[in-house]
Amino acid sequence: MIALLRRDLALAFRSGGGFGLSLAFFLIVVTLVPFGVGPETGTLAVIAPGILWVGALLACLLSLDRIFQLDYEDGSLDLLATAPLPLEGIVAVKGVAHWLVTGLPLTLAAPVLGLLLSLPGPAYGWLMVSLLAGTPALSFLGTFGAALTVGLKRGGLLLSLLVLPLYIPTLIFGAETVRRAAEGLSPATPALLLTGVSAAVLALIPYAAAAAVRINLK
Amino acid sequence: MEMRATDLACRRGDVTVIEGVSFTLPAGRCLILRGPNGSGKTTLLRTLAGLVPPAAGQLDVAPDSVVYAGHADGLKAQLTVAENLAFWAAVYGTGSTARAIAAFALDGLRDRPAQYLSAGQKRRLGLARLLVTDRAIWALDEPTVSLDAATVASFAQVVADHCAAGGSAVIATHIDLGIADAEVLDIGAFRAAPGREGSPFLDDSFDEARA
Amino acid sequence: MSIWEYANPVRFIQTTDRILPWVTGATVVALIVGLFWGFFLTPDDYRQGSTVKIIYLHVPSALMAINAWLMMLVTSIIWIVRRHHVSALAAKAAAPVGVTMTLIALLTGAIWGQPMWGTWWAWDPRLTSFLILFIFYLGYMALWSAIENPDTAADLTSVLCIVGSVFAVLSRYAVNFWNQGLHQGATLSLDKEENIADVFYYPLLFCIAGFVLLFVALVLLRTRTEIRARRISALLAREARA
Repeated sequence: MIALLRRDLALAFRSGGGFGLSLAFFLIVVTLVPFGVGPETGTLAVIAPGILWVGALLACLLSLDRIFQLDYEDGSLDLLATAPLPLEGIVAVKGVAHWLVTGLPLTLAAPVLGLLLSLPGPAYGWLMVSLLAGTPALSFLGTFGAALTVGLKRGGLLLSLLVLPLYIPTLIFGAETVRRAAEGLSPATPALLLTGVSAAVLALIPYAAAAAVRINLK
Repeated sequence: MEMRATDLACRRGDVTVIEGVSFTLPAGRCLILRGPNGSGKTTLLRTLAGLVPPAAGQLDVAPDSVVYAGHADGLKAQLTVAENLAFWAAVYGTGSTARAIAAFALDGLRDRPAQYLSAGQKRRLGLARLLVTDRAIWALDEPTVSLDAATVASFAQVVADHCAAGGSAVIATHIDLGIADAEVLDIGAFRAAPGREGSPFLDDSFDEARA
Repeated sequence: MSIWEYANPVRFIQTTDRILPWVTGATVVALIVGLFWGFFLTPDDYRQGSTVKIIYLHVPSALMAINAWLMMLVTSIIWIVRRHHVSALAAKAAAPVGVTMTLIALLTGAIWGQPMWGTWWAWDPRLTSFLILFIFYLGYMALWSAIENPDTAADLTSVLCIVGSVFAVLSRYAVNFWNQGLHQGATLSLDKEENIADVFYYPLLFCIAGFVLLFVALVLLRTRTEIRARRISALLAREARA
């Protein structure tokens, strides 16, 4: 399992795409928003929590189709499925690897992008907390979508269509956490709900994703 | 470590491709699968490897004893030869890649990324993976594709050594590997008869439903 | 004679041959009675005027939009547990009917909302939940049509339906948390009869019965079509091997 995680991280580093791409995408989304809604800091501050969360979510979505597709095409997925590792574990490791190359950098970069959108001061900590708690759920739900579409030639768009509705609870609780913090209210309730959703997703989605991979390899 | 198939049937979609396949593969033996394209060799091998559940019949084999090698080698282009092998060695918990590298003459290519290998070299690396898994039964689908004559001979030697050490192999191939006392199973003989596909959508009583 | 024998495609077609005309007839009767009674024989509401009459399309379609998904969930689970092909095909057949019901509910809701709330759309929890349900239907249908192998498609869409159901419920609560909403409470409920006056209530029951029957008739019809389409592709696959 550790070997698989190390291999996936090494591949993400060497092929270049993984890390930089989603971060750059996040930056672009956040940069485009002020051009669309106008430069007044008051307006930006109000929508900043939502924009940051939606931006992070879209950036996360961008690389989902790579989770299994490359392994499927070069035959590694067949070999992994017959290896002495539980497929649920393989799927979970893939989710963790995806989070390490997308969710974690997005979380670390978010405060800087928050500055660009004049996010109010008290919200920065909660922005990072909510992304830290929520982005693993995004990656794991992504493994489920990727597992469903792994056998398809052009699965990318379908993958987005399947995964986006699954992202709604995470997005609602995540953005609500930041919004309440930005307005000076207590963000504890949505933060706890977000953590709960995330924990449940992390615990259960690998089973569904592994089932989907098994079906696709038949 | 014996593998026994009893009256095995394999299905692709709604159509049963092969049925009634029975064989016993004792330790130390090699079974060659023959048959025209599309006769179901790949499907049978994937069934033996446990990727596809059999449509009917029974497959008796110890769990975690089969290793599968298909048309794709499962190599990562950005990893070197040694890294590719080390990964599979770690997955199977065996650790040592020295024997595999020696057997397939990969020593000089050790640090070369897999993307710079020729087709034949890639295949050698893909087959070398079999040795780092330490599994007893090999299920190989066209293993000699893009290998030159000399490499085919040394591959046959690796298979023979594997069998001599108590392992066994099921190999789908069109060429003569020259492995002594290998049994040959012609898959063409097990082709499923039309009308016996076992799909409820090909039921003969269907047409009478309209009568 | 167990209920599972109807899961055989031949049995299913034979049985529905006999049932379908009756269901269709009952659908037509119930819908004509319900809609005519509702549209022409009920008084205008003292508050909402004649706009209230859209209730006869809005409530039944909203009800069936959810029930169709529930039916897909049940048939998906039956397919996964018992491997009955008809069950999987019934789920596939129900999806377009369900998505149409969802669309009707959304459209009639917008037409009703405009005079009542002064807006075609609001991010009210109920409206939002239906929009999410609509997207779930689209994804489900897109996955069915994207996969070539019918059994693989049945397996994967079933898994999606089960996971999607969990998230649909979760989204419902999340959306409630997110916005308290302006939609009126449930029109029908067993413990709160005073929600709607009897004059509106009885024709509404006919309309609901009509929509339930319409759903059953359409799903039976579409399942028969799916079974035959599946048989044709199976025959073609057999021929390709001969």
